[in-house]
Amino acid sequence: MKLTQTKRLERMKERYQNGGMDRRTFLGLTAAAAASAGVMTRWSGAALAAVSEVRFDGWGGTVQEAIDKFAFQPYTAKTNLKVVQGTFGDENEIITKVKTANPGDFQVIHSSGVEYYKKYVDGGWTSELNEANIPNLVNVMAAMIEPFRKMTPKLSAVPYDYGTTGIAYNTKVISPEEAKEKGANLLIDKKYAGKIGGFGDKNTRVWYGALQSGQSPNDIKDIEAVWAKVREGRDMTKKYWSSGAELMDLLSKEEIVVTEAWSGRVAALQEQGHPIGYLDPPGSYAWMEDMLVLKGSPMAECEELLNFMLDTATSIAVAEGQNYPPALDPTKVKLTDKIAKMPAFDPTGTMKTLTFADPIYWAEHDTEWQKQWDRISKGA
Amino acid sequence: MQQTRFAWYLLAPAIILLAVLLVLPIAIMAIYTFYEFVTAGVEKANYTLANWQEFFTDSYYHLFLWKTARVAAITALACAVMGYIPAYFIWMTSFRHKWLLLLLLIVPFWISFTIRTFSWIHILGEQGAINVTLKTLGIIDSPIQMLYTEGAVIMGMIHFLLPYMILNVYVSLEGIDRDLLSAARTLGCTSAQAFREVTLPLSLPGLCAGLLLCFVLAAGSYVTPQILGGNRDALFGNLVYDTIMEQLNWPMGSTLSIVLFVLLGIVSAIYSRYMGLSTIFKGLSR
Repeated sequence: MKLTQTKRLERMKERYQNGGMDRRTFLGLTAAAAASAGVMTRWSGAALAAVSEVRFDGWGGTVQEAIDKFAFQPYTAKTNLKVVQGTFGDENEIITKVKTANPGDFQVIHSSGVEYYKKYVDGGWTSELNEANIPNLVNVMAAMIEPFRKMTPKLSAVPYDYGTTGIAYNTKVISPEEAKEKGANLLIDKKYAGKIGGFGDKNTRVWYGALQSGQSPNDIKDIEAVWAKVREGRDMTKKYWSSGAELMDLLSKEEIVVTEAWSGRVAALQEQGHPIGYLDPPGSYAWMEDMLVLKGSPMAECEELLNFMLDTATSIAVAEGQNYPPALDPTKVKLTDKIAKMPAFDPTGTMKTLTFADPIYWAEHDTEWQKQWDRISKGA
Repeated sequence: MQQTRFAWYLLAPAIILLAVLLVLPIAIMAIYTFYEFVTAGVEKANYTLANWQEFFTDSYYHLFLWKTARVAAITALACAVMGYIPAYFIWMTSFRHKWLLLLLLIVPFWISFTIRTFSWIHILGEQGAINVTLKTLGIIDSPIQMLYTEGAVIMGMIHFLLPYMILNVYVSLEGIDRDLLSAARTLGCTSAQAFREVTLPLSLPGLCAGLLLCFVLAAGSYVTPQILGGNRDALFGNLVYDTIMEQLNWPMGSTLSIVLFVLLGIVSAIYSRYMGLSTIFKGLSR
C-alpha cells in the first residue's frame, strides 16, 4: 500500500505523541516535510508551540487538594510547567467529555483503576507511555501494574494509590462491635432504615449486594438475589451520594448514620474529629487508582509529570495528604507510620489481602448491570 | 423588495446561529437515535430502530414520562396560584418605586441556580433551619423528613420558576385598561366581582403563558430532582442524564432526549394553536 504524504506525516505525529520520537527529531522532520511540500500542516503549528501546561482531571476535594499541594505545585516550581486542573464527581462524566473533545484537550486523568481503564481502551483513547522516561515506575508494586499490562502491554497509565470502599458508621449510634458482627448486612439493617446512605454507583451496589447475598462479587451465580438485596437496601436508604464531598457532608451533618464510604474520606472526617468509625467487612471492595495519559497528550511532559509524582518523597506526601496508601512497593521503599496505619494498607506489596474487581468479568456485565441499577435506583 | 432583502440581511446572523447551535445539534441527535450501541462509550453507525423499539415497548420509560408530566403540572399550577397574588399586588400598588418590587423578582437570578437549589438542604434537612427550630420550640421530637422527597423537588422547582410566572402575569395585568375596572364598579360590581369578571379573564393570556413556561421548564428539569429528590423522585431528564452519562449509551440517550423534545414541542404547539405564543414573547420582552 502506497502511503500518501499526509498519511506519513500523520503517522509521524502519532509516533511523536506516543513518545516514540523526541521533539527535536519530530520538528526537524516536520519542518523538512513542510519546506518540501511548501505548506504547513494543520497540526504542526501546535507542535512547534512549546508546551507550557499539562491538563489534569481528578476527583476534587481533599484528594485533589493533596495532589495539588504535594505534587503539582512543587512540579510547577521545578519545571515551570503549569498543571491546569479540572474535577469530576463520576468518572463516566469525564469519559463523556473525552469522547466529545479533540485529542489532547484532556491529558492526564486520575482514573479508577482497571475497570475504567478498559473503557478507555475500548474507546480508543489510550496512549503508549515510554516507560524509560518514568524510572520511578520501578518502585511501584508489580501486582498493581500487572492488571493494566494484561490489557495493554504498553502502558497508558501508572498505578498511583489504592483504597477500599468499606462501611462508615456513626459511633454515637452504632458500636464497633455491632458493626463488625453485622458486616455488610449493617447496610440493610431495618433498625437504621431512613438513616442509611450509599454510593450511587453500580459497581458498589452490585458488590455489596453480592456480599449481602453470600456470593463472591467476582463470580456471581445468582444476579437476581443480588438485585433483591440492592432493592432491599434502596428502600431503607435515605440518599445515594455521588461525590466524596457529599459523603462527608451527609456523615458530618448526621443526615445518615451508616453508609459505604471511601477509606480516605473517612480518615479525613476522623482527622476533623467527627465520631465516625470505619470497617472493611470480609470481601470489602478494594480498588486502585491510576494516572492515565490520554491519546494526543504531550507525552514527554506527561511522562515527566508522572515520574515526578511517583518520586518517593512526592508519593508519600500525597498519600499522607489524601489518606490513601501509595502504589509504592513497601518492600522496596520505606513508607511512614501514618501510611502503615491507613485502612487497606498492604505491607506485603502483593495485594493478596485485598479483593479487587476482576476487570474482565465486570466489563462483561457492565452495560447490563449499569442499566439495571439505574432502574432500581429510581424505584423499578 | 429591497426592504425585504435588508430584513433578511439583518436576520441572517440570528438564523445562522439558530441553525448551527440549535437545529444542527438536534438533527445530529436525531441521527444518533438510529445508531447501534456497542458498549459503554462506543456506538456504530449501523442504522437500526432498536432504540425506538426499546422506548415504545418498555413501560419503564412511559411511567417516567407520566410522572414527569404530573410533577411538572403540579409545579406549574402551584406557581400560578402562588405567583398571581404578588403579580396582582405589584400591579395594584401605588408604591412610588414599583421598579424596586420588580427588581426583587430578578434578584434570585444573580445567584447560581445550583447554589440556590443547594440552599434548600440547609432549610429542609434534618439539621436544617425548619427542623432545628421546631425541635428547639419543642413542637417535634424527631426531625420531619422533608428533604429528598417529591415535595422538596416541587418546592425547589417553584423557587426557580415563580419569577417567570409573576412576570408573565404582571405583564398581562399591565395591559389591562384600568378604566374597565372603574366602569365595572360604576355599574355595581363589587371589587371581587370586578376581579372575577374583568381582571381575571383579561389576565388569562399571561397566566397561561406562565403555565406553559413553568410546565416546559419543570418537565425538562434534572438538577433539582438530582439535588433535592430521593431515590424515586427522578424525572425524565434524569433518565436522559443516566443513559448518556452513566451508561454512556448515546444512541438511547439521544432517543429519550428527542422524545422529550417532541412531547414538549407538542404541548407548546397545542398552546400556540389556542392561545398564541406571542403572549410569552410579550412577557419576556418586558
